[in-house]
Amino acid sequence: MSSLQRPPLSAGQGAPESSAVRLVRILLPVIVLAAGVAIWELVVRVNEIPPYVLPGPGAVFETLVKDWPVLSQSLMVTLLTTLEGFVAAAFGGVALALLFNQSKWLEYSLFPYAVILQVTPVIAIAPLLLIYLPQQTAVIVCAWIVGFFPVLSNTTLGLNSVDRNLAGLFRLYGASRMQTLRYLKLPSALPFILGGLRIAGGLSLIGAVVAEIAAGSAGAGSGLAYRIAESGYRLNIARMFAALLLLSAAGIVIYVLLALTSHLVLRRWHESALGKEN
Amino acid sequence: MAEPAALSEVDTSTAGLAVSLRGVTKVYDSGVMALGPLDLDVRKGEFVSLLGPSGCGKSTALRLIAGLHAPTSGSVGVSKPAGQARPGHSIGFVFQEPTLMPWTSVRENVRLPLKLAQAPATEASARIAEALMQVGLTEFADAYPRELSGGMKMRVSLARALVTDPDILLMDEPFAALDEITRFRLNNDLLSLWRNLRKTVIFVTHSVFESVYLSQRVIVMTSRPGRISAEFRIDTTEPRGEDFRTSADYAGYCRKVSNALAPSYPGKPG
Repeated sequence: MSSLQRPPLSAGQGAPESSAVRLVRILLPVIVLAAGVAIWELVVRVNEIPPYVLPGPGAVFETLVKDWPVLSQSLMVTLLTTLEGFVAAAFGGVALALLFNQSKWLEYSLFPYAVILQVTPVIAIAPLLLIYLPQQTAVIVCAWIVGFFPVLSNTTLGLNSVDRNLAGLFRLYGASRMQTLRYLKLPSALPFILGGLRIAGGLSLIGAVVAEIAAGSAGAGSGLAYRIAESGYRLNIARMFAALLLLSAAGIVIYVLLALTSHLVLRRWHESALGKEN
Repeated sequence: MAEPAALSEVDTSTAGLAVSLRGVTKVYDSGVMALGPLDLDVRKGEFVSLLGPSGCGKSTALRLIAGLHAPTSGSVGVSKPAGQARPGHSIGFVFQEPTLMPWTSVRENVRLPLKLAQAPATEASARIAEALMQVGLTEFADAYPRELSGGMKMRVSLARALVTDPDILLMDEPFAALDEITRFRLNNDLLSLWRNLRKTVIFVTHSVFESVYLSQRVIVMTSRPGRISAEFRIDTTEPRGEDFRTSADYAGYCRKVSNALAPSYPGKPG
């Protein structure tokens, strides 16, 4: 179908599977995880490695439960920063793409700087931002910097991928710019925008963590990344692992939520959200 | 893409003409001479086919009439119904592909022209229901385009073109991608729609059989640049039906039209 655009990322469906194959696909990673944890515990016990060098998974879990009040508070701080950065990236990216789409001159003037902002490693920008901005703002700006570019470039791609015949039809019926944008360009770009948001979600978390680490060495802060840095100085390795575990879980949850949103929005019409059977 | 052409103020109403092209040429930016010069008059209520090989400019001619492209020279006159300011709304266009919005239902696809013209909602609903009934898709109003077969998608496209009740229907090889059985059925449905609604139809096709079956007048075009090389009037007893498709008359017309078309295919004996 030429009238359907494919998004840059597919939702990752395979061919229709039998339930047995699906079960194996879920079971295999679980077995690998269990084996990894068991070997880890075994190595620590057999070699009698002290917990300030490498704590066993049992010790990590113990710390996770024991330090939950502190860690959960830090998790909330990091998640809030990520969310703020993500929302800013989503709105900023889409808004900028819409502006670029309306005015080529604006696009030519600003797009190179969007690229520069993207290719400069955020970890190098973070310390500078912390000098000029209040810490909380600087952290959000970091999350925004890494998150907005995928949204911008994907939305731009989507807005430019409008079916030519549909565009002709809109002109034939005398559609205004706003009507074309609202009824044609935005719906056409939606799968691309959602793909961009999915990337931006994970990147916002990375941006938040990078900024927290940069800020953490300066003293203040209470996010998860700061906890990791702080625990490192105190040789509280178990807590480092526990915080890392939470960050990882947060990343997974963000990805799953965004993928689910994308699926729910597109399931009635877009190829990526449909099974392969039709 | 070019902005819609400013249609010239040729007064076509007095002569009973729906469309009038005078010395129209189209040269693309690449310098390719696509069309013309072309002179073409289409009477109101007439069913005319533009027949020719791929790339002979027949689609370009249709897009010029629709105002989707501006002619390089010459004038394009399209009759305007009384009380309607915009010429675009008196024209319905059916593309080669169904060109539906995949993200919304059949009903919303058909609603599009009315929505863009900001027609009142109650009036729009009635018109949509009527257009869907005309193409026999009333039951599929809430289906999504991907759930429909190729022939049904084309019907939606036709309903969308009919929903503004245009005087002129421009069709750009609408059935070319369909299987023969579906195409025959849609041919018959189109003929009965044309008989009932009395619209002017300009139908672009590369099928001799389709053009003879459908039209009152077949205009054969040659390629590079697109010019009119021959014209045939198809006179038969109306209404036409499957009887006509198997008649000796039909075969005779098809032979004549094919012979006129043959020289435009290089490498084939004329």
